[in-house]
Amino acid sequence: MKQNDVILQSVTRVAVVIILTFSFYLFMNGHHHPGGGFIGGLSTAAAIVLLYLSFGIDKVRENIRMDFKKLAAIGVLIAIGTGMTSVIFGKPFLTQAFDYFNLPIFGKTELASALIFDTGVALAVIGTAVNIILSISEDR
Amino acid sequence: MNNLLIAPVVLPLIIGMVLIIFHTNIKLQRVLSLIALLATSAVSVLLINQIHQQGIQTLQLGGWEAPYGISFVGDMFSALLLLATSIVAVCCLIYAFTTMGRKQQKLYFYPLFLFLVTGVNGSFLTGDLFNLYVFFELFLVSSYVLITFGGEKRQLRESLKYIFTNIISSAFFLMGVAYLYSITGTLNLADLSLKIAEVGQDGLITTVAFLFLIVFALKAGLLLFFWLPGSYSVPPTAIAAIFAALLTKVGIYAIFRMFTLIFYHEPQITHWFIGILAALTMILGGLGAIGFWDLKKILTYNVVISVGFIVAGLVSLTSAGITGSIYYLIHDMIIKALIFLIGGTVIHLTGTSDLKEISGLIRRHPGLGWMFFLAALSMVGIPPLSGFLGKVFITRGTFEGGYFWLGAIGLVASLFILYSMMKLFMNAFWGEMKLSEEEELGTTKGLILPIVLLTVVSLALGIGAEGIACYVTQAAEELLNPSLYIQAVFD
Amino acid sequence: MDTLIVILVGILVTIGTYLILSRHLLRIVLGTSIIGHAVNLLIITSGGLKTGAAPLLGEKITDFTDALPQALVLTAIVINFAVTALVLVLCYRAYQGFGTDDLEQLRGEEHE
Repeated sequence: MKQNDVILQSVTRVAVVIILTFSFYLFMNGHHHPGGGFIGGLSTAAAIVLLYLSFGIDKVRENIRMDFKKLAAIGVLIAIGTGMTSVIFGKPFLTQAFDYFNLPIFGKTELASALIFDTGVALAVIGTAVNIILSISEDR
Repeated sequence: MNNLLIAPVVLPLIIGMVLIIFHTNIKLQRVLSLIALLATSAVSVLLINQIHQQGIQTLQLGGWEAPYGISFVGDMFSALLLLATSIVAVCCLIYAFTTMGRKQQKLYFYPLFLFLVTGVNGSFLTGDLFNLYVFFELFLVSSYVLITFGGEKRQLRESLKYIFTNIISSAFFLMGVAYLYSITGTLNLADLSLKIAEVGQDGLITTVAFLFLIVFALKAGLLLFFWLPGSYSVPPTAIAAIFAALLTKVGIYAIFRMFTLIFYHEPQITHWFIGILAALTMILGGLGAIGFWDLKKILTYNVVISVGFIVAGLVSLTSAGITGSIYYLIHDMIIKALIFLIGGTVIHLTGTSDLKEISGLIRRHPGLGWMFFLAALSMVGIPPLSGFLGKVFITRGTFEGGYFWLGAIGLVASLFILYSMMKLFMNAFWGEMKLSEEEELGTTKGLILPIVLLTVVSLALGIGAEGIACYVTQAAEELLNPSLYIQAVFD
Repeated sequence: MDTLIVILVGILVTIGTYLILSRHLLRIVLGTSIIGHAVNLLIITSGGLKTGAAPLLGEKITDFTDALPQALVLTAIVINFAVTALVLVLCYRAYQGFGTDDLEQLRGEEHE
């Protein structure tokens, strides 16, 4: 069945950019305010699923050549990896560290190892959520 | 602080994730997953040593102190179960190498297997109630997928039953968590124990205790075992063996933890009730085991009997009873994996699980037959073998605790086991040889190694019982003195 | 407020139980899902319901909500989501394999 979804597609073009920006904001915001890797990853996944919905699975797959199962696995590995780093330094598993650095442009910035952990969480969430939607929509 | 505690959870998890990335390379998957499980065994041996020398080990994840963060606690009980889990997992994995189809091995079998082990190990080690729920879900979700491996119609149907039962019981688990949190304001097991000891276990808390009892009884197959015979007889042998060896045992572990650490103030209500459940489980499981003529059915009903028997030791709340339960629990994990693997091999050879159509296998496979005979004797509890000490201690414990009827039923259940196992042995292995060499559907090549390994472990457990006696007594002592656990967590 | 939510939880569990008792696979999945949501509501209520800020250090707030139940619910929702997705796919496979989603007809024979 060929559907005419011009409106959906043209709205998606704009909306995906907005959603991705917002999800990045949520992700970076998470250290001191509500937000974080989980919700950031979930909204990114929402953007990707919106792409799938409006343009069809095959077309998006041509452009985003990524195995989402592997993405999820890599995300979890990153998250565990940051946890294990603290073990190397003799601290309890998952201990996080942070320090202040003077970066160009940003000025004095707080960098925390929790950010890397959150990146892992975000990747895992994106991978899992998109993968779930894809496997449900697949008809074998 | 002891970072070693996290290793049994993280090692299989990391390797599992790596294997997801390389899921098409079967050789790499086999090597890596075997390495992960062997490393876990090594870690658990180390842990047993440390706990033996320095007492209960703890780890506060992320350095957040006890009632606020998530604690990992390794006492002797969980460390012993960890070791048994790793041994069983290694053997089932080796068995799976030759029995699982190549296509299935590429379909994420090894990652799922490792996640199952991750979940089981995590449940043994965690010191936080909600974390326990998460680890339960981790191994349950892996088991949901593993149980459908192969995709036969029968598997699909049984797996649906299994999954729905477990989803409902998980919902009850969360309800229990919510109630307990609103009553006490904490979910750390040690803190819960302290708080409940302070305010006393009133009617409300006892009700919540019963809610948890229902949840864990459903997972352990304690009386609520209606889902068990169906779902344990459909998956491929290696998977069925690890289910039989581990999954119900995690439920039993949870019952032990909750009813020795937290809800131990009203034994005349809760423990008496658990005793009735255990007795009914043994009787019904025994009837199932002697009534069926299907190999897989008989084996699964034997799983049910042993659940009732192990829990009977808890009911007594005496040191003899608990010691016996720990002995029997470890023995049972090994022996259930063993008999499921042997049963699977028999089906692999003959292509049927109907006892009336199998006969005389011992002529061509004497090793297999005698190992089964040993396993059967050890399940019944013939002296030098591994089941004996557990049986003696549990029976003594129930008599000491004044539960004479429970001890008596336990002894009768042993007779049921004896009858059912001898029925299996006489029909499948003894008697006229029905199949000639050409008619056999497969060979035992590659299947014997894990079976021999498990038999050796089981024999060692029986003959070397003196050697592990000090560890088991320490585990029982820690279970009976919640203050040891609490002290370890808060220091 | 708490009482109202608890009554709502009761209603949701009732609906879920009714759906689980039906004979169609899809309804059972919906029922388990609804029970899952009811339990999530119960957990949120267990921490006490009130309007407050997020309990973060350095925000200079006095009135804050208990964050633990929310963290628990987040985890529970994710697990519920994953399990529901898995069950939906399984039910679809069962429907394809058996040609029916009626549990009475799915019962089948002992030996196949």
